[in-house]
Amino acid sequence: MSTTAGTTQQLVHNKVSLALHTLRVGSGTPLLLLHGLGEHSPSTVPEVATRWPGPIYALDFTGHGQSSVPAGGGYSCEILLADVDVALRHLGGACLLGRGIGAYIALLAAGARPELVHGAVLTDGPGLAGGATHISAVTEIATVGDRSGHTPDPWALIELSRDARPANYASTFARLSVTGPNNIDPIAVCCVVRPPWIEAINEEPGVITGLSAQEALESYAAR
Amino acid sequence: MLDPGIVRTDDDDVVVDDDEPPSKKLETIAKAPKPNTPHSKYLWSRVRKNITNHTTRHFGGRRVIQPMTNLPSFPGAQRPARSYRTDADGVSIATYEWGNESDPPLFLVHGGSDFAGTYDVFAPIMAAAGYRVISWDHRGHGDSDHTALYGWDADIRDALTVMSSITNKAAPVVAHSKGGALMLQLADASPYRISKLVNIDGMPSKRRMPDAPDHDQTRMMAGEITGWLDFRHEAALAYRKPGSLHDLAMRRGKMNPRLPIEWLEYLVTIGARQDDDGWRWKLDPTMRFGGFGPWRPEWTLLRMIALGMPFLGLIGTIDEPMGWGTRPRDLVPWIPRNGRLEAIHDVGHFVHIEKPNEVSTMILEFLS
Repeated sequence: MSTTAGTTQQLVHNKVSLALHTLRVGSGTPLLLLHGLGEHSPSTVPEVATRWPGPIYALDFTGHGQSSVPAGGGYSCEILLADVDVALRHLGGACLLGRGIGAYIALLAAGARPELVHGAVLTDGPGLAGGATHISAVTEIATVGDRSGHTPDPWALIELSRDARPANYASTFARLSVTGPNNIDPIAVCCVVRPPWIEAINEEPGVITGLSAQEALESYAAR
Repeated sequence: MLDPGIVRTDDDDVVVDDDEPPSKKLETIAKAPKPNTPHSKYLWSRVRKNITNHTTRHFGGRRVIQPMTNLPSFPGAQRPARSYRTDADGVSIATYEWGNESDPPLFLVHGGSDFAGTYDVFAPIMAAAGYRVISWDHRGHGDSDHTALYGWDADIRDALTVMSSITNKAAPVVAHSKGGALMLQLADASPYRISKLVNIDGMPSKRRMPDAPDHDQTRMMAGEITGWLDFRHEAALAYRKPGSLHDLAMRRGKMNPRLPIEWLEYLVTIGARQDDDGWRWKLDPTMRFGGFGPWRPEWTLLRMIALGMPFLGLIGTIDEPMGWGTRPRDLVPWIPRNGRLEAIHDVGHFVHIEKPNEVSTMILEFLS
């Protein structure tokens, strides 16, 4: 990537413009940071990732940070997965470090694109738990008022905080993550909080636990 | 969650220019001088809007209903008496009414890939029986806005916005296919908004997955995921293939094999628009129904059995490509206490279109 640290590129995902920030330039496998729900990308390399030997990027999800805000919501974790897929294709692959909902999206990406994800480190943060694991009643929502059109998009906060995450759905992505070339422990669970979807993938082959996020990143960097 | 519409549109209807990476092509086209061929003009305008105005409330900008001169008609079909737009948090929803404004409201909800005009025979019958009939094109469908995101909750919010613009009281609802499943969720979440619910073949019982071992199903899901993600890369450049009015009717006929060509040609005049290079369905080409997601069809039935308002479920006995594959016996255990199920024999997914008089009589009796 011919970019310099501190710059931001706009990637096209259908009708949305996604902000991909370059936090550090370099060679080798890129590290891609995925923020939590309602957050945005950091402007500098976070402490946990300082020892990563390659370039470091951070992506603002749809409706977050410097990415654009679509009218009228309609968010899903699968759309955020597609955001990451756009960035992965642009970078040619990456190791993922996800916070909160970014951790769940990192899991989905590791299963969806095992050939492009060189490891997924799952850490605590906003939106980690998600919504129900089964049916739930959705109450009527009148309006989001003056917050409409601004990041973080209130519809993103509402819809993504209750996005259904059945255990067997998460397990399927964990199983798919070991079908690619990076099939040795491609997912590292480094969260303290263990919602049902995390408990479900803990039992899957290819998922490692007990490491700190820093240790997991060092492990992936050494491969 | 992803839009679990289940139905698949005719993929032959969508075209993607894929001779270079989408992002590069978008940039190239957006910077290029405006071309002169009809198709290039169309594509250029779409891409330009995509690049520079992706949060616009009027993406697509195709709002004018074609003048109805020398176009096919269909016996009993009537266009709405009134049409207007309803703003649903920045998404402009095309809304239609049949009947007198002073009559009690009745909401009709269309299915996936359809539009309110598919009620052009059924709605006038209900209006003639004394109802103010209201329907709308779902986002991405018909003349409503094409949006960046589509989802179940968003569709329900749009529905509530339209319904609230008419009344805040409980009102009867008749809903078909995906619209029926949407309204089952709304009825469960906001029972005070629906006084009586008629669901026309919108009761999904299970996913259409062949009997396969777990590891095979995982592999099949991998194919669905990558197919969907690949399409997302190209979606910004997707457009609907133009054709003659008859061509579009024939394409639709693949999904609606039981409906007469005269009806399908009539639908083209409403659900498609006429560009310089031919007719195109208005349905957002970036929509891709089915695929994967955490949603489980059986969740709909778990909602259905708990409903407290009077409920009528109608289902045809002949399976069709746009249907859910649900059989009457799958539904019997899930009919709510105040409900009943009517299986209509020798009818497909579009029960109300194949048998408008029989079905409307049954529904009017139920509503009364």
